[in-house]
Order: sequence, then structure tokens, then C-alpha cells
Amino acid sequence: MKFSRLIFANLFRKKIRLVLTIGSFAVALFLFALLGVVNDAFSRGADVVSANRLVTINRTSIINTIPLSYRDEILRIPGVKYVTHNNWFGGVYQDPKNFFPQFVIDPENQRQVFSELIVPDDQWDTFLKDRQGAIVGAATMKRFGWKIGDRIPITTTIYGLAGKPFEFNIDGVYHGEKPEDDETQFWFQWEYFKESVSDAVKGQVGWYVIRIANPDDAPRIAKTIDNMYLNSPSETKTETESAFQQGWVKQFGNIKLLIMSIGTVVFFTLLLVTGNTMAISVRERTGELGVLKAIGFPNRAILGFILGESMVIALAGCIGLLLALIAIPLLGRALAGLLPPLFVTPKTMVYGVIAALMVGFASGILPAYGAMRLNVVNALRRV
Amino acid sequence: MIRVDGNGAAGSLIQVRGLDKTYRRGNEDIDVLQGLNLDVDRGDFVAFMGPSGSGKTTLLNLMGGLDVPTRGTISVAGDEITHMSGGKLTDWRARHVGFIFQMYNLIPVLTAFQNVELPLLLTKLSKAERRKHVEVALSIVGLGERMDHYPRQLSGGQEQRVAIARAIVADPTFLLCDEPTGDLDRKSADGVMELIKRLVNEHGKTVLMVTHDPVVALQANTTLHLDKGVLVEAGVRQGVAAGGA
Repeated sequence: MKFSRLIFANLFRKKIRLVLTIGSFAVALFLFALLGVVNDAFSRGADVVSANRLVTINRTSIINTIPLSYRDEILRIPGVKYVTHNNWFGGVYQDPKNFFPQFVIDPENQRQVFSELIVPDDQWDTFLKDRQGAIVGAATMKRFGWKIGDRIPITTTIYGLAGKPFEFNIDGVYHGEKPEDDETQFWFQWEYFKESVSDAVKGQVGWYVIRIANPDDAPRIAKTIDNMYLNSPSETKTETESAFQQGWVKQFGNIKLLIMSIGTVVFFTLLLVTGNTMAISVRERTGELGVLKAIGFPNRAILGFILGESMVIALAGCIGLLLALIAIPLLGRALAGLLPPLFVTPKTMVYGVIAALMVGFASGILPAYGAMRLNVVNALRRV
Repeated sequence: MIRVDGNGAAGSLIQVRGLDKTYRRGNEDIDVLQGLNLDVDRGDFVAFMGPSGSGKTTLLNLMGGLDVPTRGTISVAGDEITHMSGGKLTDWRARHVGFIFQMYNLIPVLTAFQNVELPLLLTKLSKAERRKHVEVALSIVGLGERMDHYPRQLSGGQEQRVAIARAIVADPTFLLCDEPTGDLDRKSADGVMELIKRLVNEHGKTVLMVTHDPVVALQANTTLHLDKGVLVEAGVRQGVAAGGA
């Protein structure tokens, strides 16, 4: 601790350089947090999925529907506990930019299948009795300032329903068990949807989500379902929810590789910039380091001073992570519905600090080693 | 008593025996010091003079443990320093040598107090003890009131006084001064020399000083001349005892 004053005094000798170097760290770490959050958002589906859920879609693509009649047949397969069906509604509330996902649900089984999305019993009971009822995620409620009992108009451009507003009563709010659970969805009753759409749509659902008793049975049940409808007009593709989510993310390209590539380039550039700064800083005070060595400061102390400086700069750069903590939720709010919920996880923060310290160490070690190896007599000649 | 014949008393503070220092420049060997002997007793004040390149600073560096000789030995208070490892030599310097440089060599981002405190950071003294030592050292050099000033806020003479305070604060065995007045005007130089003499006469310090300035050299108890790597005293070639010989 008694050497800390020397470290800080040296750091502050060139204030503009210090601010710029810390700024470089802060920007890089902010970007690190942002990339980490985006990566989390895209991979979260795979993280939060239940191991005992399967998703069945039309083999052609998810935008092709499958018959509602499959539900009871799937339910009869040994190992299947519950089946719910969903349709994408694609509605607009007031303005197209007010995007949030709305799903037509099977009210009898939705809660059992998605048990981690919690709705109070009294609210669910009200919803079941209300044909125009809706259950809304807490994030969407907060975003639009809705309250239970509000009547909400939503129009959709699909299912031949363009221009016809649907009116919904908000009967309840769901909350996720975990922070990463999606709280932006809007659920409403299959019966209400069915009475408004054409006969061709009435018997069709977007996809099934199936809760199974034992995750080990997933391959068998998936195969059974798909075999049942092989060579039918609506062949199915059944996979675990995790595989389904990963397939969904893959539509956007290899996000993880892209993010890792950008992150690597950013940190490598930061390493070069900081390393150069530290090297210049050491070169500028070669004579002073010579004096310290002459009066008895051991090599390890000299090494420690320089490494200490680069580590302090790295830690100060973690202000970028704190800025990310503030800015990313704001960004998430601005992009609500377009991306999964954005928030900085403790894991991202810890990795950010570790990355900063690693870059701080790597950028300081060579100049520090050079300072440690300085010949005292030669160094004193440079005063 | 100063001797340059290698026959000094066994109890001399500093004993230099057969000291050679050769530098290699390209394919050429340059002999800077050749078979040099020297005995310095505790409380001596020795000035080394000589033309540029005569080896004055090299000798100082060797006696201060900053450089190693090609041949020969240097013993200080019974410790033979020429065969010490780098780490041990560093530790030895911290305990035994106070350096005063021509350009003061203060750390510009530290106050006078903090500069003087530097050698004490290597000791086990508490913060309060360090403060006490620093205050005493600064008061000895007459800068007790300037301890919170940065080097840029001090005159050259004051900076050199701070450097002297730094050199004495850990109570080293001897002081090595390399042109301590070389960057000062006459008045400041006189003040610094008065201070160094006080350290010798009142505090019993042993001082070895390199200087080009004959006026400054006159302040020392003994002046030795280095010429082509060989020590001579008062115009007498090496081998003749100094101080009454």
C-alpha cells in the first residue's frame, strides 16, 4: 500500500494520456458488455428452455400451419403430459413501431406447459371466463403503462383480418421465474381468434409445445410424432425446445462467431494501444527508474510499479461496464419486442473485469519487464 | 585517512584493491580504471577530480554498487560488494549508500516530502516513523517549510538540497556525490557545499564526491586526481600514501 502513492502519482503525470487510455478501455468494455448482452439475448432461448419441452412445427417451415387435430393424437403418446398450441397473431397496437409478440394460446394447457411464466390463479380464472381476455407479460404492461382491466385494441394484417380491430381486456399479468424469462408476450384465447378467422384457418395452429414427463424420452417422442404424420399433407418437425431456439437464432447467421470476432479485434487493438502507451510512459522516465533502482528499489518493485499502473488503468476502464449497466437497459427498452430482453448479467460483468485485467496485464508486462531489466548506469545517463 | 597505495588499515570503511574496469566499444577494449587502490576511513570527505573520461564517475558507480568491476575488489564496512548478486547489491545500496546526482534526479510528480521518503519505503518503518525521519532530514537541509512543494516549485539549489535530504534520510554508511554543484550557480553551489561539509563535520558522514570544479574540490578534506584510470593525490602518483605521507 505504501507504494500506491508512487503508482498513482506516475499515472497522473500525463492526465490527458491517462484519460484517453482509460477511455479506450471504457469504450472497449462497453462494447464487450453490449456484445455479450446481444449474444446472451440470442442464445438465451437455449439457456432458459425447459429440458422437458418439445416444439412441433410444420416440416416445410414455421410459417406453415399444422392441423389442430394433431393435439389429441400427440397427447396419447406415452410420456407426453401436456400439449398447448400457439399461433402468431402479428398485431399492431396503435403504431407499427409498438411491436410486441402476441400469441393465440390454448388456455387449457398454456400454464401447465410454460410453468415458469407465472400468472396468479385469480387472474387466470378471470381470463378463462373472459372470451376477450388477455394475459400480458410484465415488461409489456410496464412499457405501455397498462393496468389490469384496461381495454386494448390490436389490429392484425394477417389471417385476412386487415383493418378489423380486436378488442382485448387485460385480465392478468405474468412474471417470469428468472430475470431472463421473456416478459413481453401477449396471450389471448383461441376461441376469440377462431370466431374471427376463415374456416380454413380455424382448424390450423402455428405450432405445438409439448411437455413431456422425462427429458430422456425426448428423442423417442419427437420421432414418434414425426413418424405419425409422415407422408401426410402436413408433415411435422419435432425437436427439443433448445434445438428449436438454436435453429431460430441460426436464421440470423452465426451471431456468436461474429460477436467473438468483433470482441477479439477490439481487445487486440486495445492491447496494442495500451501496450504502446505503457512503453512510451516507461521510456519517458527511464532516468527516474534508474534513480529508483540506484537508491535500492528491487527489480520486482519496479516490475510491480509498471504492472500496477497498467492494472489500475484497466480497472478504471471498467467504468465502461458500469456505463453499460445504465445504457443497455435503456437500449433494451428502445428495442423492446424487436430483440429478446437485454440486460447485463453478473457473468458478463465478471468476464468484462477479467478481460480488462488480462489486457492490463498483457499490455504492462513487456514494458514492466524492460523497466525491470534496465541497467542502472545506462538509465542514469538518460536523465 | 585516505590512502591510494593499497596499504590502508584493515579497519578502513572503504577498501578498493586492484580495481580494473574495461569497457568494450566495438572491437576495442577501453581501460577506464587500472589497478586502482583506495582506502577511505569513516568521516572522510574525498573529492575526485580529473579530465572528462578519466573514470571518476565509473569509480563512483563501482563504489556505489551500480556497476561491477572487470577485476579487483571493493569492500565497504567489511562487506565485499564486488561478488554480490544483483538482488543483494540492490539491498546493500538501500542500506549503505546515499546518492547525490548532478541533475538532482527528483521524481517530478512527488513532493519534496515524498521524494525524501522514497528510500524509507524500503524499510519496515511505520508511516509515523517515516514522517519523523523525513522531517528531520528536510530540516537538516533547511527545507522544513517546503516539504509539500513539487520539484518544479523549487530552485535548483533547493532541489539539490531535497536530493541531499533523500540521500541522508535512511542514514546510509556513506554518500556518493556526482558533480553535486555542476548544475548550480556559484551562490547555490556554495550553499550546497556548506551543507555537505556540515554533514561531514557535524553528522560524521563519509562523503566521496566527483567534481570538475577546483573551488568545490577545495572544500573536501582530501582531493584525489584520476588520470588515465590511475589515482594520484596532490600531484603525487599512486603508491604514495596520502594524508601526511
